[in-house]
Amino acid sequence: MEDCPLLEVKELRTRFSSEKGTITAVDGVTFRVDHGETLGVVGESGCGKSVTAESIMRLLNEKSTRYDGEINFKGRNLLSLPEKKMLDIRGNEISMIFQDAMTSLNPVFTIGDQIAESIIVHQNLGKREAMEKAVEMLRLTGIPSPEKRVHEYPHEISGGMRQRVMIAMALSCKPSLLIADEPTTALDVTIQAQILEVINDLKEELNMGVMMITHDLGVVAEVCTRVAVMYLGQVIEESDVDTLFDSPRHPYTRGLLKSIPTITGDRSQKLHTIQGVVPALDNIPKGCRFAPRCPYATDQCISESPLLEALENGQKIRCWHHEEIMKREGVTDVITTAT
Amino acid sequence: MEVAKPIQQNRLAALEKDIKKERRQLAVKRFFSNKTVLAGSIMLIFLTLFAFIGPLISQFTPLQIDPANRLAKPSSEHWFGTDNFGRDLFSRVAHGAQVSMGVGLSVAVLTAVIGMVIGLYAAYYSTLDHILMRVSDALMAFPDILLAIAIMAVLGPQPVNVVIAVTLAKIPVVARIVRSSALVIKEQTYIEAMRAQGASSWRIIWRHILPNTVSPLIVQVTYVFAIAIILEAALSFLGAGVPAPDPSWGNILYDGKIVIYNAWWMTVFPGAFIVMAVLALNLFGDGLRDLLDPHSNKALKE
Amino acid sequence: MLLQQQLDGDKPEQKDSCAPLLQVRNLKKYFPITSPFGRLKGHVKAVESVNFDLYEKGTLGLVGESGCGKSTTGRSILRLIEPTEGSVNYRGKELLQLNQSEFKGFRKDMQMVFQDPHSSLNPKKRIGELIEEPMEIHKIGTKAERMERAMDLLKRTGIREDQYFRFPHEFSGGQRQRIGIARALAVDPSIIVLDEPVSALDVSIQSQVLNLLEEIQDEFKLAYLFISHDLSVVRHTADEIGVMYLGHMVEKAPTDDLFANPLHPYTKALLSAIPIPDRKQRRERIIIKGDVPSPIDPPTGCVFHTRCPFVMDQCKTIKPEMLQQSDGHQVACHLYN
Repeated sequence: MEDCPLLEVKELRTRFSSEKGTITAVDGVTFRVDHGETLGVVGESGCGKSVTAESIMRLLNEKSTRYDGEINFKGRNLLSLPEKKMLDIRGNEISMIFQDAMTSLNPVFTIGDQIAESIIVHQNLGKREAMEKAVEMLRLTGIPSPEKRVHEYPHEISGGMRQRVMIAMALSCKPSLLIADEPTTALDVTIQAQILEVINDLKEELNMGVMMITHDLGVVAEVCTRVAVMYLGQVIEESDVDTLFDSPRHPYTRGLLKSIPTITGDRSQKLHTIQGVVPALDNIPKGCRFAPRCPYATDQCISESPLLEALENGQKIRCWHHEEIMKREGVTDVITTAT
Repeated sequence: MEVAKPIQQNRLAALEKDIKKERRQLAVKRFFSNKTVLAGSIMLIFLTLFAFIGPLISQFTPLQIDPANRLAKPSSEHWFGTDNFGRDLFSRVAHGAQVSMGVGLSVAVLTAVIGMVIGLYAAYYSTLDHILMRVSDALMAFPDILLAIAIMAVLGPQPVNVVIAVTLAKIPVVARIVRSSALVIKEQTYIEAMRAQGASSWRIIWRHILPNTVSPLIVQVTYVFAIAIILEAALSFLGAGVPAPDPSWGNILYDGKIVIYNAWWMTVFPGAFIVMAVLALNLFGDGLRDLLDPHSNKALKE
Repeated sequence: MLLQQQLDGDKPEQKDSCAPLLQVRNLKKYFPITSPFGRLKGHVKAVESVNFDLYEKGTLGLVGESGCGKSTTGRSILRLIEPTEGSVNYRGKELLQLNQSEFKGFRKDMQMVFQDPHSSLNPKKRIGELIEEPMEIHKIGTKAERMERAMDLLKRTGIREDQYFRFPHEFSGGQRQRIGIARALAVDPSIIVLDEPVSALDVSIQSQVLNLLEEIQDEFKLAYLFISHDLSVVRHTADEIGVMYLGHMVEKAPTDDLFANPLHPYTKALLSAIPIPDRKQRRERIIIKGDVPSPIDPPTGCVFHTRCPFVMDQCKTIKPEMLQQSDGHQVACHLYN
């Protein structure tokens, strides 16, 4: 059990059949999440980060979706489990919280009812005990006077409170994996700070693995231990969080980090920009997917697709020229490819 | 600068032509890949041809009485048989098609125009909205047919009056559809952007809100067209519609009712045409809804 | 050229280059809340006495969290919402005294770029028409001249001219925001209110749009009122920043000064709550507890006292005045009295 990772995604490929033909939203994604760690999955819209999460939960319409690869959760491949077994895992062993807490809560039931429901379904408890447990969960997420709050309806509480309720609901069955899909994007910064703290504290307390999906590199720096950067359905760089911010290697990651305005950077300078726009999923470039926007692209990049290679320090990167790029940009401690 | 401008304008004009052509091709492709709208259109074309070519190829006029040949079965001479006065049924049904479809089309156009104006202004001015919507509530409280009969009783049985009666009964329905979609459009940021420019209410209503409410309006109007045909038939059947001896599908049915046991053709043929017309319009409307709805990607199905 | 004359002609000459272009004093906006039977139940106090000056080619950032009244302030100045009280003075002309038709002439000078690039462009209009429309409304130039200018603006904002006849849905979010900017530039304004112009965009697109805004500011001599919840974005663009909380401006300072030396406890909390994408700069966080109180029934005294870590007795009863601390740095807090 010890060397078996909590979640291991291997060469996951998710394809949708649509009117326009088959669209590959996730193409060969590989990563793992261990107990007690937070994996950040970052990328821009259309990079497949949310689809990856929905594939793990198998929330996509099974009729028009085709999965390939493996999603091993505690040694079982979720993709080969029957739907009935998935019901036991969803919300019980793997929980998910979404960006929009307002639409994820049912407006006609009280908060308490909604939290209690998942407890009753998964833990075979009575209504009274489930309600008590709901109160306890709300207290854990830092909601003041939870015994009163359980009787309120979602529209009666603020956005930050609703996100706490979502977290309480997601964690009520003590899952071993929490998938948080942009949990703080809709919230204000002071509330975001509160919510990130709650997630982090509960992670330690329950020894969960957390998969934090976000577009905000600030959030990644704040809470994650490891990061996977995605671009157009592929992981293009993966490393521990310090390495990512100290020596990002992929031109996309480097560009992204340079292009965000920060509260500490030099503000007299113009912002760095990545040229062009993210291509549409039905028009994916043939070679390296970032090549059309990459300032270092060569003929090789345009014609051949690079593989995700592992470096000695545990960093993984999908780029033909990362060593030369690092040299050219004056980074001395060049780490060579592990063989 | 003065020389360069016409060249750029020419280039633009060429560009516009290209893009419009591309759009037209796409629209045609979508139209033909949408089976519902295609079926509806084919049936509508057939009905229109029947209404206009039918009287020309028939050797009888609809009012020509032939007492010797009363209630004749369909034959090579009288394709649909004859009625209780010996009038040729094919000719009567074809002329009736002109009347019924004509009434339907007039109602559709009138309700569309009047309903659109009412709906747009009601959505834009809230005081007006209160008044107009209460009036329409009152009108909608009556069943269509009763309202139409009441209006016909006042105005007298004339085809024009049928159009007026049915239009009055159906305006609230169309006005509400336009109003509800205009209310949504009114709250969009691009309307606020226009207000920030100082655009007049007239410009906002007609140039910005109207184009965005056209699709639901057109769809609704095809349904009104179908309902108008049914209402006209019902009114004529009750004797409150198109007066005898002029044919309409409704009053042919009325004549046929008395002899339903020994002359089936007098009810089957006009009845079949009513069913076909209504079916065609409903199919057309359903297909159009898919075609015009930007959110449904069905429109692109290959 | 007629068009250029019309665009420049009626723009009053700035006599004194140091005088502010736009002066906002005691701006106040209360939204009435009525019961279903039309009885007045109270007011949402969205904006409460906001003051600021906007200078030519300058950028004032308005920051704060949702519901702090920053967007209402922007819309009140453009009179998209009629403010309850206050004065908005543009080049010496009192705008709130004008009736709508008199004000229409001034709308040309004050444009707006909206947050959501998807809903701010009419989906049934070609992008060329969208950019020409403001000129049409203000009766500027001939049809051909308007077309010419629309093409130039498209090119300037980074959209290919041959896209002129395309519809908004054929563009990505970033491109649509560029079209929105081109539309605002069409009538050659002096002020643009930017309401969260980049918050709906992806990170790599954000920087492109921010750079574009910076470029056109010099080129078209624009003053920006930059409304955003994102302090890092505002820091990059603004010369001066006003921090708003629950309808009040609690601190106003030149950008560098504000970040180097934030005074108000709320500003401090806001700054420390921003996640920094740099692991070396981790710092002790001030996490303020609780939620923003309701603007229907705001706290008495200082509006921030319910969440303030340094709350004193007088904060609960006496409303702090906005006081000058150092050159251009103003704060409304009893700690600095």
